[in-house]
Amino acid sequence: MTKYIIRRLIGLIPTMFIIITISFFIIRIAPGGPFDKDKRYPPEIIKNMEKKYHYDEPILIQYARYMLDILKGDLGLSSAYPDHDVNYFVSRSLPKSVFIGIIALCIAVISGIGVSIISAAKQNSWIDYTAMSVAVFGITIPLFVVGPLLMYICAIRLHWLPTSGWIDGKYGWVTLIMPVITLSLPYFAYIARLSRASILEILRSDYIRTARAKGLSEPVILFKHVLKGSLLPVVSYLGPAMAGIVTGSVVVEKIFRIPGIGHFFVQAAFNRDYFLLMGTVIVYAVILLMANFIVDILYGFLDPRISYK
Amino acid sequence: MALAEKKEDTILAVRDLKTFFNTDDGIVKAVDGISFTLHKGETLGLVGESGCGKSVSCLSLLKLIPSPPGKIVSGKIEFAGNDILGLNEEEMREIRGKKISMIFQDPMTSLNPFLKISTQMTETISLHQSLNKKESLEKAVRMLFLVGIPKPEKRIHDYPHQFSGGMRQRVMIAMALSCHPGILIADEPTTALDVTIQAQILDIIKELTSKTDTAVILITHDLGIVAGMCDHICVMYAGKIIEKASAPDLFRDPKHPYTRGLIKSVPRVDKPQKERLYSIEGQPPNLIDLPDACAFHPRCEQVMDICRKKFPPEISLHDRSVCCYLYEKES
Repeated sequence: MTKYIIRRLIGLIPTMFIIITISFFIIRIAPGGPFDKDKRYPPEIIKNMEKKYHYDEPILIQYARYMLDILKGDLGLSSAYPDHDVNYFVSRSLPKSVFIGIIALCIAVISGIGVSIISAAKQNSWIDYTAMSVAVFGITIPLFVVGPLLMYICAIRLHWLPTSGWIDGKYGWVTLIMPVITLSLPYFAYIARLSRASILEILRSDYIRTARAKGLSEPVILFKHVLKGSLLPVVSYLGPAMAGIVTGSVVVEKIFRIPGIGHFFVQAAFNRDYFLLMGTVIVYAVILLMANFIVDILYGFLDPRISYK
Repeated sequence: MALAEKKEDTILAVRDLKTFFNTDDGIVKAVDGISFTLHKGETLGLVGESGCGKSVSCLSLLKLIPSPPGKIVSGKIEFAGNDILGLNEEEMREIRGKKISMIFQDPMTSLNPFLKISTQMTETISLHQSLNKKESLEKAVRMLFLVGIPKPEKRIHDYPHQFSGGMRQRVMIAMALSCHPGILIADEPTTALDVTIQAQILDIIKELTSKTDTAVILITHDLGIVAGMCDHICVMYAGKIIEKASAPDLFRDPKHPYTRGLIKSVPRVDKPQKERLYSIEGQPPNLIDLPDACAFHPRCEQVMDICRKKFPPEISLHDRSVCCYLYEKES
């Protein structure tokens, strides 16, 4: 097991290398540059600035320099916010994004699985139909509709919740309610449907017939014999879900003005802020790879047929 | 009559059991009015082609028919003096696994792949017997030993995928017999197994059930198996039992044309192998909206006019019975 983990972690290095290399060049190919503003700077200033960020060197030299910096743990300088380097922005904003991402994912997983159990146990009842209708709603309505709608109803009309901000604002923790709900809704919905389908499939399997023939009660069958197996599809969905929550939070952070990393991701793309953009891409890539890695390990715990050697 | 003499030790009496399935195409009469009696320690064979209602009959005995779409429409299942069809879910759970237990066709899928053998075995034992965790485990190990699992105290902590097919079926048997049931229903217990393993599994079933006087209902489509194992045989066709007889009688003198066809189509080692093996022409009927006629008549070599009009009554011939107009005069 430990060997497997170490081998997987080492395997992440070439993947990261490829991701960084490809994004580095793709970002550079995009038209426009960091200093193309509406109000153009005089050529001497641009020249000086290009020198500061080494943009005047050949691209391969820049690439090699950037790679060396990354090895040292330095993500470079932001050209749009010259007061700070990229490490500063990432270290300040990433924890906030991860925080609401994890809360949203936990809520989505717990409520999704909970609803799916009730739905599957009461298949084709009104509870089942209601839950699954809500789930379809949650999957189909995009975040940028749910967010503003919630904000309009709960904040502007009813004055229950603050419209936006972070927990350090004057409203504290309640600020997070709407962003977390918005972020978790589609994942809750998808997990609920996925898990319900998987529970129903297992309920029809041969080994559940065996369990019934042994005289076990339905709750015991559901929780002891069905649930573990039915979690497998949910767990394998968690990898992509993590990705979705992280990128989804770009929209949610924008709507609810959360100073997370998504905010910098979007800004950096607009500003052609090469190093900040690269920094956020690297962070996203690491989160994704780690999420998939954790999912694979979890799989091994759930399914005894999988062994890691 | 031989059947009447043994009436006191009747353990199960099924009367006119009907289990239908509601499908989009119509009502499937999977089990259409079967009756049979099972005595203590007896082995009863339920024989027939795939889809003739053997498995559904036995799942009905435990009320394990998936409902909807299935439904036990009518009939009586008398077990130890109680009518099973009148029991509620909770009372049924007291019977399942404890008094009547079941093993299934495919041992590869009948055990839960996510739980250890120990978990799956001890949950049955501790559910039905007042034993604590340790005693249940000991009992489970002893059962595994009885069915011939080597190093049972070690293997019990393995998962099903670490066992071969034959070993898993042994585990199933150990599990089914762990609460000393009065009846063991074995639904094609060897169909999914190698021929070499088949004999071993059948021997284990035979040995363990005869020790405890457990009655066995053996469902199979393999006449070779029933010949060696069963005391009595019921031949099923299209949801009905068309012939009932003791095993020697049935093989010596099969009455129903279908039974005759079945026995003829078994390859024999003691007969010359030059000719093509006999097979019954045609296909079993679709069980949806069957007319009130002998379902076998389109394939029957001795079909008469009346066979097409009405299903024949059960005709008793000494200590056996057959549903066929050919024997109407003999009774």
